[in-house]
Amino acid sequence: MMAGQGPDRPDTGGYPQAPAPPRQAQPPQQPQQPSSPLADIWEWVRGRLVVAGHGVLLLGLALTGIALVGAVLGVLGLVALLAAKATNPYQTQELDLITAVAVFVFWLLMLPVFLLFFRPMARLTRRLAGRWCGVPIAAPYLPRPWADGGRGGLRRRLTWLLTDQATWRDLLWVTVNGLVGWILPVVPATVLVLGVVGVVAPYAQGDIRLLAVAALLGGTWASPWLMRGYGLLASSMLAPTQHAELTLRVHQLTETRSEALDTGAAEIRRIERDLHDGAQARLVAMGMTLDAAGQIIDTNPDAARALLYEARDASIKALAELRNLVRGIHPPILADRGLADAIRALALDSPMRIHLASDLRGRATAPIESAAYFAVSELLANVSKHAEARETWIDLRYTDGMLRIGVTDNGHGGADPVRGSGLRGIERRLAAFDGILAVSSPPGGPTAVTMEIPCELSLPKTSFS
Amino acid sequence: MRVVIAEDLFLLRDGLTRMLQAHGLEISAAVDNGADLLAAVTADRPDVAIVDVRLPPTFTDEGIRAALAARREVPGLPVLVLSQYVEQLYARELMASGSGGIGYLLKDRVFDSAQFVDAIRRVAAGGTAMDPEVIARLLARNTGDGSLATLSRREREVLALMAEGRSNAAIAQRMVITERAVAKHTASIFLKLDLQPSDDDNRRVLAVLAYLGG
Repeated sequence: MMAGQGPDRPDTGGYPQAPAPPRQAQPPQQPQQPSSPLADIWEWVRGRLVVAGHGVLLLGLALTGIALVGAVLGVLGLVALLAAKATNPYQTQELDLITAVAVFVFWLLMLPVFLLFFRPMARLTRRLAGRWCGVPIAAPYLPRPWADGGRGGLRRRLTWLLTDQATWRDLLWVTVNGLVGWILPVVPATVLVLGVVGVVAPYAQGDIRLLAVAALLGGTWASPWLMRGYGLLASSMLAPTQHAELTLRVHQLTETRSEALDTGAAEIRRIERDLHDGAQARLVAMGMTLDAAGQIIDTNPDAARALLYEARDASIKALAELRNLVRGIHPPILADRGLADAIRALALDSPMRIHLASDLRGRATAPIESAAYFAVSELLANVSKHAEARETWIDLRYTDGMLRIGVTDNGHGGADPVRGSGLRGIERRLAAFDGILAVSSPPGGPTAVTMEIPCELSLPKTSFS
Repeated sequence: MRVVIAEDLFLLRDGLTRMLQAHGLEISAAVDNGADLLAAVTADRPDVAIVDVRLPPTFTDEGIRAALAARREVPGLPVLVLSQYVEQLYARELMASGSGGIGYLLKDRVFDSAQFVDAIRRVAAGGTAMDPEVIARLLARNTGDGSLATLSRREREVLALMAEGRSNAAIAQRMVITERAVAKHTASIFLKLDLQPSDDDNRRVLAVLAYLGG
């Protein structure tokens, strides 16, 4: 996993992902309740109150941040003061010098801790910017260099922290936010409070009252835009720079490439072993049986005939094994007909009732078709093994350069992508194509798995005759 | 009986030709692609066409499409499709192309030439020859089904053989029981599955396959 990601997001390699469009309701959802105008107005007012509340919380966050920055600078100031006092030739005091050095050393030691403290704050801001301001911000941090085994020593940790541009941009954000940034989110609450006070205060005059009403209406109306502006401001400092994006991308590509190569190598070893233990062994046995038959064909034709039949049966078994092997490598129907029909064929072999909806017009490239097919195949195997589902809905669609596959079952849920090695495996394999997997599986079900693979579809092959 | 063979691999085409000739069938044409198959069936009007699924130029499901095209061209043309693997999807498409005269078998079935030629004759006569593996997978898929579970082991065996398209006589011979015993089993199966009984082998196959969702 990349550093700095919320647990509720799929591993996107730290990339901003467009939120997936709502799945075609399948199984159908409850229709929305019809609403009265009064309820609408109340909804609107409530929404604005919530925005104002969010603004106040953001102000709190900003002030906490600037207080931390102030503490860091304050300690440094104290050091300077003590140092100045210590070097004053008129009242030299050894103790002051020692104190200054001690405080400075303390400050130096504590600096990384402070810097580390800014990181959760920046992370929180990113989360809140997405949730409250509608500006999702991806995490820009470099991955821990020791993530691939081994623990980082203090020095490695420090180097990692201090060489990451994002650390300093976090610091910049906390400072700017604490000094001026907080003004934006605090406006809605201020306008609300001042407006209400201006309207109801006994000493308010007519003009002031009018101004208060105007400010109240205008400010309330504008509050979502103010929040959005704040989100964009945060994004300008907290979002990954192009350099950070490229660094993350390189890291992600390196990781997925080595995983893809590992998976490929493991597959080839499995095929080699299957051939060696299966078809090859049977062919050797067949050769020996045929040889034995040849030796006794004159002396004992009946026994020879039995041996020949035995050899024939062995060849049938060898063929069956090869057939299964081929299915595991690349199912013929996938090559013949493409993803939709191959999944349809899977559905026909499954004891569950499977409803397939597909709007695929063309064919994806063979590696992507294969990855998608085996992902669906594994998901279906999971469903029938663990979920005790009676029915499964599969949804294949292609929009805007993205192949989306939804697999929803009516089983008892509780699938965990972190613990389930099957789901992890699918995720890894899809990652090689920049694909992602999202699982929603509350206890009690239903389980909905959505996979997205960016790809292009080619036109279908011209049909026969 | 006159047969057209469409198989792109020379070794298999040659082997099939010789085997069928040894069993007294006449090979009117042996071609290696779908277009030639269409030409051959329209020109020769054979009793049955034997078609490999993989044919040039695409080497995918060309054979299935060629078989379906041939049946459109020559309505009722009996076609036996051979393949290295069987797919229920293809079995369905073939069954949907008109009633009777359809076979769909694994290539391995060629090893038992007597059975294989029997299947060819059955298809040529307008019957059905569905591969046991297709049936086995259909049955496996329906194991959870309530009424199927009420069948005895013997009845399931009879059901499978029936679904392959075999006649009562063939089933009796295969299971080493009398034809009357087979008839008793089939009557019981149709009763338990709530199917319309039929003496016509072909309609019987369709009913059973429809029941199994094939």
